[in-house]
Amino acid sequence: MEAMKTQEVTFNDLPWKINYTPERCTMCGSCVAACTFGAIEARIERRSMTISTGHQPEPTQRHAAVPVIRQKNGLANACVGCGMCEKVCPNNAIRPVRNEDSRMNVVARAGGSPIKRGGRTNLNADRVLDKIVVGRISQMTDPSLDSERHTFDVRAPFGRVLLPHELPFSIQDGELHMQGWTPPVHWIYPLIFSDMSIGALSTRAWEALALATAYLNEKHNMPVRMSSGEGGMPVKLMESEALKYFIIQIASGHFGWNRIIKALPKMKVDPAGILIKIGQGAKPGDGGLLPAAKVAEHIQAIRGVPKADLLSPPNHQGLYSIEESVQKMFMSMNAAFKFRVPVAIKCAASATSVSVYNNLLRDPYKICGGFFIDGIQGGTGAANEVSLDHTGHPVVSKIRDCYLSAVKQGNQGRIPLWGGSGIGLTGNAAADAFKLICLGANGAFMGKMLIQLMGCVGNERGRCNGCNTGHCPTGICTQDPRLVKRLDVDKAAQSVVEYMLAFDAELKKLMAPVGNSSLPVGRSDALVTNDRAVADKLSITYAC
Amino acid sequence: MCRIGAIKSADPVNPSTALDLMLPQQEGHDNSGFAMVMQDLAGVFGEYKTKPLLSLACTQKGAKIVQDYMDKSGFHSLREWIPRVNAKPGLDIKAMPYYIFTAYDYPDYLATASQEKKEDLLLNIRLALRALLEKEDNGYVFSFWPDVLTLKEIGDPRDIATYFGLWDDNGELMARNYVVQCRQNTNYEIVRYAAHPFFLQGYTLCANGENTFYTKNKEYQKSLHRGYIGFESDSQNFLYTLHYVLHELKWPLKYYKHVITPLPFEEVEQRPDHNELRAIRQTLGHLEINGPNTVIAMLPDGSIMTCCDSKKLRPVVVGGTRKMMAISSEVCGLNVILPDRDETKDVYPNEREIVMITPDLEVQRWKQ
Repeated sequence: MEAMKTQEVTFNDLPWKINYTPERCTMCGSCVAACTFGAIEARIERRSMTISTGHQPEPTQRHAAVPVIRQKNGLANACVGCGMCEKVCPNNAIRPVRNEDSRMNVVARAGGSPIKRGGRTNLNADRVLDKIVVGRISQMTDPSLDSERHTFDVRAPFGRVLLPHELPFSIQDGELHMQGWTPPVHWIYPLIFSDMSIGALSTRAWEALALATAYLNEKHNMPVRMSSGEGGMPVKLMESEALKYFIIQIASGHFGWNRIIKALPKMKVDPAGILIKIGQGAKPGDGGLLPAAKVAEHIQAIRGVPKADLLSPPNHQGLYSIEESVQKMFMSMNAAFKFRVPVAIKCAASATSVSVYNNLLRDPYKICGGFFIDGIQGGTGAANEVSLDHTGHPVVSKIRDCYLSAVKQGNQGRIPLWGGSGIGLTGNAAADAFKLICLGANGAFMGKMLIQLMGCVGNERGRCNGCNTGHCPTGICTQDPRLVKRLDVDKAAQSVVEYMLAFDAELKKLMAPVGNSSLPVGRSDALVTNDRAVADKLSITYAC
Repeated sequence: MCRIGAIKSADPVNPSTALDLMLPQQEGHDNSGFAMVMQDLAGVFGEYKTKPLLSLACTQKGAKIVQDYMDKSGFHSLREWIPRVNAKPGLDIKAMPYYIFTAYDYPDYLATASQEKKEDLLLNIRLALRALLEKEDNGYVFSFWPDVLTLKEIGDPRDIATYFGLWDDNGELMARNYVVQCRQNTNYEIVRYAAHPFFLQGYTLCANGENTFYTKNKEYQKSLHRGYIGFESDSQNFLYTLHYVLHELKWPLKYYKHVITPLPFEEVEQRPDHNELRAIRQTLGHLEINGPNTVIAMLPDGSIMTCCDSKKLRPVVVGGTRKMMAISSEVCGLNVILPDRDETKDVYPNEREIVMITPDLEVQRWKQ
C-alpha cells in the first residue's frame, strides 16, 4: 500500500470546497473562465459509469475518461467562496460550499509570512448598534413630524467651530457683524464616502463612486463628500469644478501628493477638505499596504512609484506627538490652501482616543476641523489578518466617550466628531448613522458598504476577502484590465446613488418620530437598549 | 398642555388680573398650580424698587436659615411682607408653612459696586440659599432681584388665590408687569422649582410645550454659567439660552431667535448676513431647540416678548389697548381682561417672528 502524504495541502484543508454535479455540467467552461483565483480547472477523470440505454433496464458498467471540473489543491489557488462559478453556470452545476473543517489557519502561514487578506474583521461581528433602538418616540403633546411632508435640515459640520466668545463679532445698529477671519466650516451631508484609494480600488470603481458623489450633489442636492483615500486623484478631476465634492487624503506614505501639489496652481475650486490619516480602524498601528500585484502602470504613474509592494509606514515620519500632528495640519493648510479648506484628522479608535481628542480640542491654533474615529469593524483593501481580527477598538463607545468628555468641558461641537467602521454592515446604514449621531457624532463615514453596493461579494464570514490579491472577481479591487471590465461603472454609480436616496429617506424616518427637523447630535435620550452593560457604558436608558 | 400669559400695564394692577387672564383658559390646563412673576412693583414694595427682593416659601427652620445667612452676608432687611393667609378648609392647595417676601438693602461694602458686581452677588446669594434650603427640604427661594416678586404654589389656582388673598385687590401687592402660568409640571414628579415662569438675573420666562432637544441643551448649558442649574423642566433651557444670548454674549434680542430656531441652511445662504448666521448656528448648535412650543419672556427693562418653535408652534396671541397689553395662549383670556380692545389688531405670531411689547407699550414685530 502506498504511503499517504498527509501533510500535503489538499482541498479539504481549504476554507471552501467546490460542490460539483457532473450530471448537470455541459463542460461549457464558463466557471473556469470566471474564476479569477484559478481555484478550479477542467480535467479528465477516469470514472466508473453504469449505463442503461435500452427499453428495459440492462445496466452495464464501464470505465471511461470523462471531462470534469475540479477544485485545485494548494494554497495559491484556494477557493475563496466568491461564487462567480455559480453565478455564470447555466445549469446550476457548481457552487462553493463552506468547509466547516477547514485547516486554513493552520496551513496558510507556510513560507513564514503572516496571512494577508482584505475585508473586515471576521471575528468581531457583535454589533452594539443593533442592541440600541430609537425609543423616545414623540407622542401626544409632542407629535411626531411627518417625514414625507416636513422639511429636514440634514447637514453636518466639517471644520473647526469656534466658541461663542471667540467669534469676531461687533455690534452695529443692533446687528452682529463678522469682523475677522474664522476657520472654514462646510455643512455637508452627514455621511462621507470613506477613503478608498485608487489602487485599493480599480480606477473604474473609484470613478463610479466619484460619479455617484457628483450626481448626488448636482441632481439630488445632497452635499455628499467623498474622501480620495491615500493614492492621489486624477489630474483632470483636480482641475475641474467637481473637486469641491472631494476630500483629499494624506496618509503616512504621502502617495499621490506629488501630483496633487503639482495640480494646485491649476485648481479652479478648493477641495471640500483635507483628511490626514493617522490610523485606520481595520488595522490600527499597521500601515497601509498595496501589494505589488495591484501596482499596475497607471497606479505607478498616479503615485509616482515603481512596481513594488507599497507599504505606508504605521506612523507619520517625524511625528512623535499629537501636538506635532496638529502642527502638520497647520502647515498643510497654510502652505497649500491658505486657510480656506478645513483639515481633519482620522485615527483608529483606541483606548487613547479621548486623550487625543482632548489634545486636539486644546490646540491653540484652532485649526483641527474634524476628528474621524475609525473602529475595529472598518474595512481595508489589504492587511495582515492578525491586525484585522485581533487589533482595534469598537467605535461606538469611543464616539460616546469623546462626546461626553467634550460635554464635561463645554466643548461639544468644537471639533466635529465623525464615526465609522461597520456603518451599513447589516445593510442599514441610516440606522447606524442615526444612532451614532444621537450618541454624539456629527456624522458617519462608510466605505465597505459602498463597494458592496457596486457588487463586492465579500462578507464577514470569510467569503472572498481577496481584495489584496489583485484577483477581485467583481473588478472593484483589482487593477487587472480584464477583470476591471467586469464592472459596469454606470450601474455601480447608480446603485450607490439609489442607496443614498433610500438612506436619506430612512434618516428622515428616524428623525421624524423623535420630532426633530435637524440632526439630533448628542440626543442620547432618544435611544434605549435592552442590554444593561451597553446602557451603563453609553449612559443611555435601559429598557426591557 | 400648559397655558401661559403675560400682562404689561401702564398702571399697576392687582394679581387678580393675571388670574382673570388665565382662568378662562382652564380647559387647556389642569389647574394644578399657580405661578407668577411680578415686575415693576407697586403697593408695599413700590418704594423699594432698587432694593433686591427675596421671594421665599419655606418651613420655620428654613426661615431661620435664610435670616442667618442674610445677616451674615450683610444684607439688611428693609421691608418684610408676609401674606395673611386664609387657610379655610376645602381649599385645594399644598401650601408651605411660610411665605416671606423681603426687600433688603445692599451690604455697605457694595455701596459703590458696579451693577454687574451687584447682579453677580444677588445670583450667588440666591444659589447659596437654594443649596442651604435643599439640604433638608426646608424651602424654596424663587427670586432675589430688585423690583421682582415670585409666587409659586401647588393646587387649584382659584384656591391658591383665595389662600393668599389675591382676590381682595387691596393694593398691597401690585405690579405693572406679570408673567403667569397655571400648571405644575406633568412630565415628572411635581417639584416646586419645576413650575414656570423661571427667573434668572432679570430675565423671566415661561413656555407652553416641549423641547425635545432638552438633553443636548442641558448638557451644553451646564458648562456655560453657574446659574444654569436645576433643569427640572425643559422650559428652563429657553430661559438659560435667553440669558446667555442677551446677558452673557450681549447680542441683540433678535439673535435669540436665530440661536433657538436657526433658519435652514438653504435660506441662510440667500441672506446678506449669511456669514454671521452660519457662524451662530454652528457655534451655538447645542442651544437649538426643537419641539412644539411657545415662549413668553420678560426682559430686565420690562419689555415682554413671545416667539415659537419653527415647526410645531403652540398657540399664542398678543392684544391690548393703549393702557394695557397682554400675551396669552388663548384669546379668551384677553377677552376677559381686555374686553374693549380692538380685536382686529390682535397679533397671532408665526413661527419666524418675535413679537415684543416695549416698555412704552408699543408692539414690535420682527421677522427672523
